[in-house]
Amino acid sequence: MAGLTKQGIGAILAKQGILIAFAIFMIGFALANQRFIAIDNISGVIRSSAILGVMALGVTFVVIGGNFDLSVGSMMSFSTIVVLDLHDKLGPALAIPAMFGLTLALGAFIGFLVGYMKLNSLIVTLGMLSAIHGLTLTWSGGKNMDIADKAGTWFSVFGQGRILGVPVPILIFLGLAVILGITLSKTPFGRKVYAVGGNGQAATFSGIPRARIVFLTYLMSSFCVAVAGLLQASRSLGSQNTVGQGMELEVLAAVVLGGASLMGGSGTIFKTVIGVLILGFIQNGLLLMGLAFYVQYVVTWAIIILAVWLDVAAKRGRLWSPTA
Amino acid sequence: MTAPIPVLRLEGIVKTFPGVRALDGVSLSVMPGEVHALMGENGAGKSTLMKVLGGIHAPDTGQIFIAEEPTVMTSPQQAKAKGVVFIHQELSLADELSVAENIFLGELPLKSFGRVDWTKLYADTDAILKTLNVGFDAKTRVGDLSIANQQMVEIGRALTVNPRAVIFDEPTASLTDAEKVVLFKVIADLQTKGVGIIYISHRMEEIFKITDRISVLRDGQYRGTLTTADTSEDEVTQLMIGRSLDLSRNTSHHALGDVALEVRGLCCGKLFHDVSFALRKGEVLGFYGLVGAGRTEIAETLFGLRTPRAGQILLNGQEVKITSPIEAIRHGISLVPEDRKHQGLVLGMNCRDNMTLPQIDDLTAGPFVSDGAEVAIFDHYRDKLDIRTPGWHQTVGNLSGGNQQKIVIGKWLSMRPQVLIVDEPTRGIDVGSKAEIHNLIRDLGAQGYAVIVISSEMPEVLHVSDRIIAMFSGRVMREFTSEEVTEDNLVQAISGIEANKFVEGR
Repeated sequence: MAGLTKQGIGAILAKQGILIAFAIFMIGFALANQRFIAIDNISGVIRSSAILGVMALGVTFVVIGGNFDLSVGSMMSFSTIVVLDLHDKLGPALAIPAMFGLTLALGAFIGFLVGYMKLNSLIVTLGMLSAIHGLTLTWSGGKNMDIADKAGTWFSVFGQGRILGVPVPILIFLGLAVILGITLSKTPFGRKVYAVGGNGQAATFSGIPRARIVFLTYLMSSFCVAVAGLLQASRSLGSQNTVGQGMELEVLAAVVLGGASLMGGSGTIFKTVIGVLILGFIQNGLLLMGLAFYVQYVVTWAIIILAVWLDVAAKRGRLWSPTA
Repeated sequence: MTAPIPVLRLEGIVKTFPGVRALDGVSLSVMPGEVHALMGENGAGKSTLMKVLGGIHAPDTGQIFIAEEPTVMTSPQQAKAKGVVFIHQELSLADELSVAENIFLGELPLKSFGRVDWTKLYADTDAILKTLNVGFDAKTRVGDLSIANQQMVEIGRALTVNPRAVIFDEPTASLTDAEKVVLFKVIADLQTKGVGIIYISHRMEEIFKITDRISVLRDGQYRGTLTTADTSEDEVTQLMIGRSLDLSRNTSHHALGDVALEVRGLCCGKLFHDVSFALRKGEVLGFYGLVGAGRTEIAETLFGLRTPRAGQILLNGQEVKITSPIEAIRHGISLVPEDRKHQGLVLGMNCRDNMTLPQIDDLTAGPFVSDGAEVAIFDHYRDKLDIRTPGWHQTVGNLSGGNQQKIVIGKWLSMRPQVLIVDEPTRGIDVGSKAEIHNLIRDLGAQGYAVIVISSEMPEVLHVSDRIIAMFSGRVMREFTSEEVTEDNLVQAISGIEANKFVEGR
């Protein structure tokens, strides 16, 4: 193996590291527990990743556009509570569009602040995380929200139904992934998102309306949150006010794990889906190994730090550099 | 008397990266008290060589000698300990700290219990500043200094060790003429102390003014060393690019068309006042002046990035209001901006996507971007502008400065502009690509484009322009045709000498 220097190995590891690490994990889990690779387990993992996954699709647009969105977890709680509450008041057929409208309004407000007002997205969405949580509690009066007639509503189809044997959440997640994947990679809008995130000034100098593009990424993110809220509400038909709490970080983790740069301008929907699945399978594997569920918090974050390190390492072409 | 030994000698340095032989047996020696120029086009291997010298890259083969003692460099810190210091083009100072803290960063003098010995720190710093003969003291906040003075702080940092060799990487890139004089004086002082100096620059004028010898790299290979006193710019250029560079006056005469752009009494606050001019189709109009004379600001106003306070802009005889780049593009105005990396390109994107960015909305088949239409545009301008890249999917950040600039020019030519504004067309571009871009601009004029060229380089303005507008302090001082302009009257016009006459004459 001529030319495969120590630095060369480092570079390969840095580029493909996360996939290699994932493969090692998968093989290890499979050897440790046969059930891990059973079809129903795999389908179960994808299904339980669907809500996180749908949110991650939207956040991918925001991150590629060069911003953060830490409000999605709290916003998902809002959507869930609102749609459950309105379900009994307006009926499901009106509750769903009403919830989408309200969630999109929140997204538009964030998009306005970050895009047009040019405020720092970290601060805005961190603030909105807290503000929306307050809004949710105000709406619910702090109580859990439940649908009165759980057996008699068709509303459960989104979270619990199956089409041709495939769970509906999986279909929605993958369907949305395909549509948004194409939007990002094949349309002028998608190209502009990359340009704005890659170099906002150059995008402006090329006649791209930077503020509007940023605004639209937040609108897309809130749309995905609304879908996630719908899935969540429909699956459980009742919910606490804190159902989405902490998910913003898991979502960000999946996006970064997929390889999108937090500096903006890079990443793909496909990679985000991979990131979501990695996260889901690792959590599932740990549970199957009999570890308490809270161990997954530690392991998940260890993996994310590994991913960020490998991302930086890939850019400088070696794992460790004394300078820069 | 023994012959002096070189302070620094590199021998047979080879450095390969995957797929590239960046340095192919390069040798270089620097004598005490010598200013040794290192020249070469972008990508010729200058930076790699300096990184090898600074211990950032380990050479595959070859040796570094300091005072004829073989040395292995492992890091810039270690190089500094051995007396080899670098003054980088991009300054690496902490703005919020004082001059003294910056100069002794990482090696602050200490008292007991790890407390900083401020008295000694300021005394030592002032001693260094005295040798540099600068007008600020050790306690000044670095962020409050001009770029030139910040550079002096960098140099001061080099002087905390007794340097044997100092490497200057494009030190004058952002200095004014007066500031350059001060820098050259510091370099001369170092020389008299017997320090060897490597001076990296693209600017021939400076090279011939201050260096003793010139070594040239091309494509990672050592092409030779010339004694400055016995050579000419032409000879150096030939060594660098394998042919000589034509910088003759623009004497081409082709028929001009109608007035494409007219500006009347344009004002923008303190930036420029009462600017009027007209530009015909087929004409290359040069804007010459010092940095800060208001040239770039006029371009930005025409491109909708600034709002004028007063005045009119007429395109093909029709008055237009331009409030955003989107509007400007719609009216057929294109701007190749002065800062290629920040304003011109999305460096992480590929060549094709960068080129088609302004018109991406129009290159669609149904709701989707049409790959074919995009590639067709890219291929057309790659051939027309001779852009050298392995393919459209190459990331723009990996291209040389010259090829990057051609991508930006291609991007705006593909918009078929009524008026093309090119701000500093060859900044940071090597000699060979420079000539190509000059020819390109002249060709555009001949093809009937209305072109504005803004440049701080006099030979460039003289070479490409049919007409030249000289600016000083936000005002148009004078207009020259290519026949009547001379270097002397141009310098006078932009330095404000005529400004006084102008005021008195009123």
